[in-house]
Amino acid sequence: MTTRIAPGVKGGIGTSVLRPDGEPKVTGNFAYASDLSSEGMLWSATLRSPHAHARLLKIDIGPAVAMDGVRAVLTQDDVPGEPLFGQEEQDQPVLCDGVARYWGEPVAVVAAEDEETARRAAAAIVVEWEPLAPFVDPDKAAEEGSTFRELKVRRGDETATGSVVVEGFYETATQDQAPLGPEAGFAIPDGEGGLDLYVTSQWIHVDHRQIIACLDMEPDQIRCHPAGIGGAFGSREDISLHIHVAMLSLATGRPVKMVYDRSESFVGHVKRHPSRMWYRHEADEDGKLVKVTARLILDGGAYAHTSRAVIANAAFFAVGPYNCDNVVVDAVAVKTNNPPAGAMRGFGAVQTCFGSEMQMDRLAEALDMDPLELRRRNALAAGDPLATSGQIIAGSLPTLAVIDTLEAMPLPDDTIEDDPRLLPGGTGLTTPVSSVVRGVGYAVNVKNLAFSEAFDDFSEARAVMTTAGVEIHTAAMEVGQGLVTVCQQIARTILGTDQVAVVWDDTSQIGSAGSTSASRQTQMTGGAVHAASVGLRDKILESFGGDELREDGVYLHDELVATIDQVCVGGPVGHHVQFRHPETFQPDENGQGDVHAGFVVSAHRAVVDVDPELGLVRVVQVDTVQDVGKALNPQAIVGQLEGGILQGVGLAVMEQLVVDEGVIRNPTFTDYLIPTFVDAPAVNTRVIEEGDHFGPFGAKGIGESPTISATPAVVAAIRAATGRDLTRVPVLPEDIIGI
Amino acid sequence: MDFIAAHDLDEALAAKAHQPEAQLLAGGTDLMVEVNLAHHRPPSILSLRRVEELRELTPGRIGAGVTWARLERNGHRGLAQAARTVGSPQIRAAGTIGGNVATASPAGDGLPWIIAAEAAIEVKSRERGTRTIPWNEFFIGVKRTSLAADEIITAVVVPEDVPIAQEFAKVGTRNAMVISTVSCVVIRGDDGFRVALGSVATTPMRATRAEEMINAESTTSQSVLDEFARIVSEEVRPITDHRSTESYRRHAAGVLAKRLVERSLR
Repeated sequence: MTTRIAPGVKGGIGTSVLRPDGEPKVTGNFAYASDLSSEGMLWSATLRSPHAHARLLKIDIGPAVAMDGVRAVLTQDDVPGEPLFGQEEQDQPVLCDGVARYWGEPVAVVAAEDEETARRAAAAIVVEWEPLAPFVDPDKAAEEGSTFRELKVRRGDETATGSVVVEGFYETATQDQAPLGPEAGFAIPDGEGGLDLYVTSQWIHVDHRQIIACLDMEPDQIRCHPAGIGGAFGSREDISLHIHVAMLSLATGRPVKMVYDRSESFVGHVKRHPSRMWYRHEADEDGKLVKVTARLILDGGAYAHTSRAVIANAAFFAVGPYNCDNVVVDAVAVKTNNPPAGAMRGFGAVQTCFGSEMQMDRLAEALDMDPLELRRRNALAAGDPLATSGQIIAGSLPTLAVIDTLEAMPLPDDTIEDDPRLLPGGTGLTTPVSSVVRGVGYAVNVKNLAFSEAFDDFSEARAVMTTAGVEIHTAAMEVGQGLVTVCQQIARTILGTDQVAVVWDDTSQIGSAGSTSASRQTQMTGGAVHAASVGLRDKILESFGGDELREDGVYLHDELVATIDQVCVGGPVGHHVQFRHPETFQPDENGQGDVHAGFVVSAHRAVVDVDPELGLVRVVQVDTVQDVGKALNPQAIVGQLEGGILQGVGLAVMEQLVVDEGVIRNPTFTDYLIPTFVDAPAVNTRVIEEGDHFGPFGAKGIGESPTISATPAVVAAIRAATGRDLTRVPVLPEDIIGI
Repeated sequence: MDFIAAHDLDEALAAKAHQPEAQLLAGGTDLMVEVNLAHHRPPSILSLRRVEELRELTPGRIGAGVTWARLERNGHRGLAQAARTVGSPQIRAAGTIGGNVATASPAGDGLPWIIAAEAAIEVKSRERGTRTIPWNEFFIGVKRTSLAADEIITAVVVPEDVPIAQEFAKVGTRNAMVISTVSCVVIRGDDGFRVALGSVATTPMRATRAEEMINAESTTSQSVLDEFARIVSEEVRPITDHRSTESYRRHAAGVLAKRLVERSLR
């Protein structure tokens, strides 16, 4: 079906229309979850385990209860319903159930009249611990079978061999999503035993399911509402404080606010899995991959969260966007007393992209071949089988076009400017121009779109025509990525009016939109909005015998046949849909099958300046080509590409949680370093538009792709500059010097 | 919690004499981090932010209340370079040199310059009046100084003859807004080079052996500089922590010192 935008409609698809929440955000008028408050509200605080592994022998809440202004002190004994929660597997106690399994595990929660009293009361709780040896070695966990999931991929001939062989061992550190908005929740009793809960979330319906189970409530008694979110990147895919704040509100009958401070945020959400990866790549003399063998260990920490899905992604994208007929992957997500890991932008593909792209560079070196040429010779395309699962790639996958376009982009000129802000070491004035060497590196990645492995993945949306314009109802979470704008653009394009408002419904008003993760909302909720808008338009056109819907009414052969007031004479007219992507299936015992709904590819080229004597790096420029299917909002795409790249640059050269015997040593922005403006490279972007097989107008989701190969591209550039064989990210100064 | 906002120095000294346990507040860029992390909950706070006498800035005297933002523009060359590396513009607008001296962190960005310039710390109390404490007697341990409980740091007193050839550099794992893993100041005068380093010992330190070595040489040839860097690396006493390793800090200390000697000669 071709769609043309009705005359005079502004802000349809393909335009860089500004986001409606942009101005309030930059002027400080946007209400984030942590800004919510009401009369008579209580504050709250959480007591956490000081040990990574310990038996809770005795807890005395008496001293906290006795404090003036304290209204409730709750422990695991006070959980009314299911004692355990979890998105995939219910394995985590709401509050410590006798054994603390990670450092910072919540033990008790307190509500009090003010923030300081709540904090002091939490600290006044007396806990007797018997510290146990923390189990923190992922290799040992894998050996001993302490795992969340073990996944085998066996494709082709295990005995196949190539004449050129490279082997390597790679590691990635624990990266934190570090969203600027901390975890926040606000619970308001409804006076009838239920609650309205405003929470930072990526998926309120999956939160809701876990919350009602633990509170032993009927679904309609608890209503989860989206609250203003300052970034997520996977950190809000799992429950944090939701059940705690709800319990405190139910216990006191008062509105309760809970907000984590920065350090608490670092322990209060799941992180990117740290990984240990061994790879062997075998190729023939022409550089064709013959066999890839990989062993992957991702540390999931103490509780399951999304580890089962993350390890599957790591395994299925272990070879990257390349053809290879013989693949052996053994992947395992292990259970330890390290900080729990879960979703983060790229979701398992980040780790294996680092390992496999480093391998591709080594292979190019061994073959004495240009690294891009090697990638081109093996490039995966639509219609090819994915090297791991054997799934035939449906939709578009312009790997070759992405590589060729990237190579053709101009490089910065060779002059190194004598401005300290543009040199390694930056304002620290460490590095004269004469001490700088430049390097260039490339990397390419492929990742799935939306949920996989037979998950019933859908999004609900309702389009409603009113006399004041169109309302789009959804429970999809806008976390800053710009879904709100895309929904408006899609509805405007189809319904012929620029008067479109997105209305965020709570869990009682509309069904699930699925998670704001897996790069899925543009395709899934965008797809639902598209289908709802088409359904609404067709319903209206049919009722009035028109052939076009415009801002002022229904037209037939360019003549107005019914005004919007006439269309809405019986009240607003709506259309509700549930949108699903193509069906996916569980992999068989060899990891084979149609596991994924769709795929996206992108590539990065990094230019870095390195001070090899001090091991300091400045990432000068990162260029990228992104497969987008169809660019619905070009400016929003650039925003995602720049932001994703910066997060990838962070993992490449600075971001890591330092975890020592299960204890996080740097849970502050003083010591968990994320790139500043001085560290941010210039970014140039190109997009490839080859429509996909599902989603609105052929668009693909691009939330994760830009962060995945940015990291190995930067590391490849540092290798090119220094000759150092770098095998771990982040690359630290001592790694570059080799001490 | 008591909060006292002193309007002038006499009022501040009287308050400190009366309540020696009161925590002094200047820019708050160290104190509030400690408070927010709940590492430190002072029983009372004495704010010096309105004390005009502490804001004096002349070449010979840097009031304790002078901010990094002012030093970045108007300080001695080496101190101005150090001031530029402190936090973000917002932090530099609030944080003061007096606070940096009082906190006495091994990583304090202003401290290597103070000890290389051989400046003194001027402190006052109501009971005992003014003491001027030489740089090498003030910093006595990790975040420990010889300041008495009833005293307030009033100024950094800079010798009149401090040489103008001064260079500062700082290494961190980010190119701005970072706590140093190693910092270094070199001051070149008629009597030779002075070399001071931060983040490589319990206090900011002078590399006296390296100074003696290079000052005994008649040239700064590459081999002399390499030997000088080697001695600096040997002389520092760093630790391994979550920010860096001992071996990297030793290595970087030598490289920075050598580069700054070269820079001071340009």
